[in-house]
Order: sequence, then structure tokens, then C-alpha cells
Amino acid sequence: MNPNYLDFEQPIADLEAKIEELRLVGDDNELNIEEEISKLQAKSRTLTKSLFSDLSEWQISQIARHPQRPYTLDYVDMIFDEFEEIHGDRHFSDDRALIGGIARLEGRPVMVIGHQKGREVKEKVRRNFGMPRPEGYRKALRLMEMAERFKMPILTFIDTPGAYPGIDAEERGQSEAIAFNLAAMSRLNTPIVATVVGEGGSGGALAIGVCDELMMLQYSTYSVISPEGCASILWKSADRAPDAAKAMGLTSDRLHAQGLVDQIIDEPLGGAHRDHALMAANLKKHLMETLERLSDIEPDELIERRYQRLMSYGISQ
Amino acid sequence: MSNWLDKIVPSLVRSEKKRTNIPEGLWEKCPKCESVLYRPELEKNLNVCPKCDHHMRLTARVRLNAFLDEGTLREIGAEIEPVDHLKFRDTKKYKDRLVAAQKATGEKDALIAMRGEVKGLPVVAVAFEFRFMGGSMGAVVGERFVRAANIALEEGVPMICFAASGGARMQEALFSLMQMAKTSAALERLKQAGVPYISVLTDPVYGGVSASLAMLGDLNIGEPGALVGFAGPRVIEQTVREKLPEGFQRSEFLLEHGQIDMIISRGDLRDRISSVLRMMQGLPVA
Repeated sequence: MNPNYLDFEQPIADLEAKIEELRLVGDDNELNIEEEISKLQAKSRTLTKSLFSDLSEWQISQIARHPQRPYTLDYVDMIFDEFEEIHGDRHFSDDRALIGGIARLEGRPVMVIGHQKGREVKEKVRRNFGMPRPEGYRKALRLMEMAERFKMPILTFIDTPGAYPGIDAEERGQSEAIAFNLAAMSRLNTPIVATVVGEGGSGGALAIGVCDELMMLQYSTYSVISPEGCASILWKSADRAPDAAKAMGLTSDRLHAQGLVDQIIDEPLGGAHRDHALMAANLKKHLMETLERLSDIEPDELIERRYQRLMSYGISQ
Repeated sequence: MSNWLDKIVPSLVRSEKKRTNIPEGLWEKCPKCESVLYRPELEKNLNVCPKCDHHMRLTARVRLNAFLDEGTLREIGAEIEPVDHLKFRDTKKYKDRLVAAQKATGEKDALIAMRGEVKGLPVVAVAFEFRFMGGSMGAVVGERFVRAANIALEEGVPMICFAASGGARMQEALFSLMQMAKTSAALERLKQAGVPYISVLTDPVYGGVSASLAMLGDLNIGEPGALVGFAGPRVIEQTVREKLPEGFQRSEFLLEHGQIDMIISRGDLRDRISSVLRMMQGLPVA
């Protein structure tokens, strides 16, 4: 088993391993190896295409959490020209599960805010698996209000299993921190673009997700509760997570069809983790186009439009 | 649904099993001190145990009838009914769950909204019906809440909310999550306009309701002993793998940690809320 591949990707992993093997042999044997390799590569592409053309909601949930998937700071590196990270909520601490700072997008100053997961064990713990505490949300709010003062658009990147369910988080007002952000973001006088890049886990995601334009990467997810959480409550067994994922319809295409998501950003063949640079380039293009469009809207109209958008959720018109 | 309730309600407060020894109807055992109470007496005391002051749950309608002046109540958004857009199905169909909840409670959904007066002061008041799918917030709850808030805004009258909810309604998936943003945005308009909003936290308030409308009051008031938090105790215990502190997530715990402004006993809510609202609105003593 190759840990860089998900269960359902194993046939691709096997092919890739064979290609790698042939390459090694190829060094001391010129016999048609190149031809064999390109044949296998074509086969791998076809296989990936067919596997990815019919993914279940549960498989997509797994891709959204893929350990090799690009995280917020990866995108920051690849998309922005400059980035100055800003730390702390100025009250309690600096939450490393939620990062933010001032950046330039093709020369234009913007405020970047996003959940941050870690890749290695130590880093995962340091980033608390991308689950912010109240101070993370309060730092985010501080940066968003700063962005409003300096007339910078806000770009948020959502990738969290949810807000941290811990004793300390409760003691410091996890609920209040999330609620306060939801209210404040509804009236911030600057464009807000939110992109779900991985897991959009419930209130912990929405707390940086109130926006003028909501985009989702093709294989990201956004839901009111994790499939496991939903399954253990409604089916009384976390093993029914695939059923819960399906019932909730947490994928970009289903949410787009319901009118909850504005844009779906295509991922490279096999998912964002197979080609970080290509994914970042595509995301950057969408961010620039969207910002350009939103910048043409008068500030008052922008806030009214955002408000009406929130009010339209849920009740059939 | 019962397993879900187990998660957020400690066994202390549940009493179905204990109750079986007592004849149906006139008598009720206090789940805390186990005193056998005469039901009409208990109801007159707004379901607060006269022996130990334990605050039992109230239905939304009884709550609003007791809080608002008699004869002043006018319902808001009663015509809005839930729709199963997603054809959601777990072990049961959402549609069937809705019908069962409607039958059991006599309500269309989990929030009741009213205009009325408290001791002569015009207000808008809303209350969650916890018996309706755990007071969960879906599109109807969000819409009724916002309509009530809009009336408060237009008429400049204070809004009071009695929250009692397990959180967002999973069967409405992302639509229910968005109700958090929707209700919070409406409350932000009240805040900007200087219209008072009082959030009364009654047992229990969790998840998406706690992390939105319930924590945004100019005053957040806890009823004694109410459980209020973001994540349920069981989820936290599984995450941190340690025992939770004594009284964790009770109103008293929240007060100590600076999360709520005050605790008010149910019997005093009318007097104290109407008095403080009069001060907030610059009105003379009633």
C-alpha cells in the first residue's frame, strides 16, 4: 500500500510503481523501455480518468482530506508575490490552525486568511489538524477589520474538519467567536471571496466563509457536519459515513446545483494533490477574475448584495 | 433522534424511565431532587421545581405566553412551513420525521415568533421548541427569526430570543449551516441601528444555534443550570480524552468564564428584562 494514494486510487499506484520500476531498469537496457513506459503512462491516465469520472460523495470527501493536497500556505507560496504573515489575536495567543497576512496578488494588496493543516506528525499537532480555537477566529476578525481600513479585499481559504471541540476552546467562548465573525463579516465594507480548498467543516468553516463570492475546488467538500458525525448521530454508526456524505450532498457539483456555490474550480487530473502548480495557477486565475468583477461594485451596493444573498438562503422564493 | 439527545443531555435531566412509577397526569417527579410535585402547581411555577429550583424545560408556546402580557400576542411567520428540498433520508425520511414532529408538538417547525408586550413594553419575542427535532435550526427557523428581527428593526422595538436547540438541522445539510450566517446578519442590522437584542439561553443550546444567534445578544442571559456550548460534552470527551470539569458548560460555568452576562431565574425574567430594556431605550420606570 502506498500511503500517498487512497484506497480507490491503488490501481493507479500499482501502475505508477511499475513505471518507476521500468525507469530504473531502463538505465542499463535500451530495449523498447521508453515505448513500454509511455504505454503504461497512457494506461495510467486512462485509468485515472475513468476512476475520477464517477466518484462517490464519500470518495470525494477522502480526496478533500488527502494528505498530499495543497494547504493554504502552499497556495500562498504559489499564488502571491509577497506575503507578510500577521500573528495573534492580541488577547490570548497565536492560533496556528488559522493563518493570515497581507499579500500582493499580481501587485494588488489583499488580505489572506485561511485554515492551515500540517503534513508531518509534529506539524499536524502544531496546527491542531486545522481546527481553530476562539483566538484563531478573533485573529481572523482583527485582520478582516484591518483589511476594511486599508481597503484591501479579503481572500479566505477554507480547509478545516471544524472548530476545535476542546475544554479550553469552550472556556474561551468558541461559540461567541464564531457567531461574532458571522455577524461582522455581513457588514465589512470590502469585497470578500471565500474558496473551499479542502474540507469545509461546519461553523468552523463558515466563520471565515461569509462572502460575496463562494468558490469551491472541484473535489472539496462543504457541509453542516462531517459525514462521520452525521452518520454516528442519524445512523448510530460512524461506519455509515458514505451514506451520510451522499445524503448531505456535500460536493461542489451538488452544492452548485442548489445555488449555494457560485463557482467550481477544476482540479488537475487525479486531484489537486497530483499537480500543485497547475491547481494554484487555476485558482489564481479565478481569484483575479472574481476580484476584478467585485471591484466594480459600489461599496454600499456590495454590502446590500451580500446581505440579500444571505437572506435568500433556504426559503423557496 | 433519542440517541442524539442523549449526547447533549446528561442523564440527570432525562426522566422518562423514572417517571413510569408515578401515575400519569397529576403528579410529576423532579428529575433533580426527586420530589413528587403536583403538576398544576409545577405549571403555575413555570416548570421550576419549588423544592430545589431546578429549571425544567418549557414548550415554546407556554414560554411566550408566560413571558408576554396576556392578550398582546400576535404570531409572526406562522404560515412558513418546512420543505424537504434534498429528499433527505437517513434511517427515516426527513419528510416522515417532520410529520412525526408536527404531530407530537402541534407546531409546524422548531421556532415560534410573536409580537407582543412585556409589562406594557412592545417587543418581538421568539422561542425555540426543543421537542421539535431537538429545536434544530433549518430554513423555517432561520426565516421566522429573520422576519421577527426585521419587524424589530422597522418598528425599533427590542427583540428577545429564548434559545433551546441541539444546533443546525442535519437533514437540511448546507442550507441549515447558512441559517447561522443569515440570522447573524439580521442581528448585525439591529446592532447597527441600536435596537436591543436579548438572548436568553435555556437548557440546552449547542452547535450552530449557540455559534450564531444565541451568543449575539446585547445581553446573553442564562437560566440557572442550562447547558450551553459549542461542542457537546461527549464529543469533547472523545477529543481530549479526559474527564470534563464539574459543572462544565452550565450557565454558572459560563458566567465564571465571562461568556454570559448574568443568570436570571425563570420567575424573574419578565421583571428584569423589561426593566433593563426600558433603561436601554431611555424610557422612564414603568
